[in-house]
Amino acid sequence: MPSNDERWIDAEAGRVVRPYALTRGRTRHAGDAFDLVASVSATYSQVADIAALAPEHIAVLQLARVPTTVVDIASDVDLPLGVVRILLADLRELGLVAIAAPVPTKPRQVDRNTLREVLHGLRGL
Amino acid sequence: MAYGGYEATEKAPRRHRAIKILLAGGFGVGKTTLVGAVSEIKPLRTEELLTETSLKKDSTAGVERKTTTTVAMDFGRITLRQDLVLYLFGTPGQERFWFMWDELALGALGAVVLADTRRLADCFPAIDYFERREIPFIVALNCFDGARRYSAEDVRVALDLDPGLPIVMCDARSRDSAKEVLIALVEHVLSVADEPVSR
Repeated sequence: MPSNDERWIDAEAGRVVRPYALTRGRTRHAGDAFDLVASVSATYSQVADIAALAPEHIAVLQLARVPTTVVDIASDVDLPLGVVRILLADLRELGLVAIAAPVPTKPRQVDRNTLREVLHGLRGL
Repeated sequence: MAYGGYEATEKAPRRHRAIKILLAGGFGVGKTTLVGAVSEIKPLRTEELLTETSLKKDSTAGVERKTTTTVAMDFGRITLRQDLVLYLFGTPGQERFWFMWDELALGALGAVVLADTRRLADCFPAIDYFERREIPFIVALNCFDGARRYSAEDVRVALDLDPGLPIVMCDARSRDSAKEVLIALVEHVLSVADEPVSR
């Protein structure tokens, strides 16, 4: 019998089944939470056990060869955010990616210089 | 004093900076249009399992109903500089999607509440949400063709907004207009940051 803290995807889940099959049914990832605009970079030099990775893991890794945000990855691989987060957490556990928090992490912490730069950038669009 | 000290950062190598701006408002108010007008729009899906737990105290067990929802989010990016990117997130207006808001709001620079004067009440929940979490926001009135124009002050009264809160008129279809909305928000955030914290 499943314990209460496991969140099974049942028949009602409909189209959610397929993407979450990639995550073997997990809807929560391991390790620290990360922001939607956290920056993901591949840290591997060689992937030791490529067989352990799903094609989607590899697609994510390829995108992360240059630092890329979590949302950009989700958009580019066309998978729901929740799924991508789990894939990223897997890769992090395997030591294949580093996930860096975005600079501002709390409201009102965006520093004034950055705000001015944003303003300047917007005016120049 | 309350939140001083965050500006002094280490001399770490300059990182890629990602700035989040939220765009909230009722269904059909023009969020998608505005994001598309000013940014490179990208598809973003999120699929979540929603659980409603019966709150009846006398029920013997928590009656749980599970539903899954596919939410397509409006998501756009504006590259301001190589190391400075603005991300716009249009948040679904309905309250049942608010599980996403908390996450989106964390670390957000601020929010734009897009309003349609014909259905002003649709933006109450968003205003309420940002006020409660002290996330700086402005109200942008999308001036639809044929919509009766109200003055910003009429809207301020109707929405019970603080006198200092900017209300701007916009045309969500226009790139320049959408740009001005974002500029108004950042200016507001700057002015709020100027205020001494009195508590």
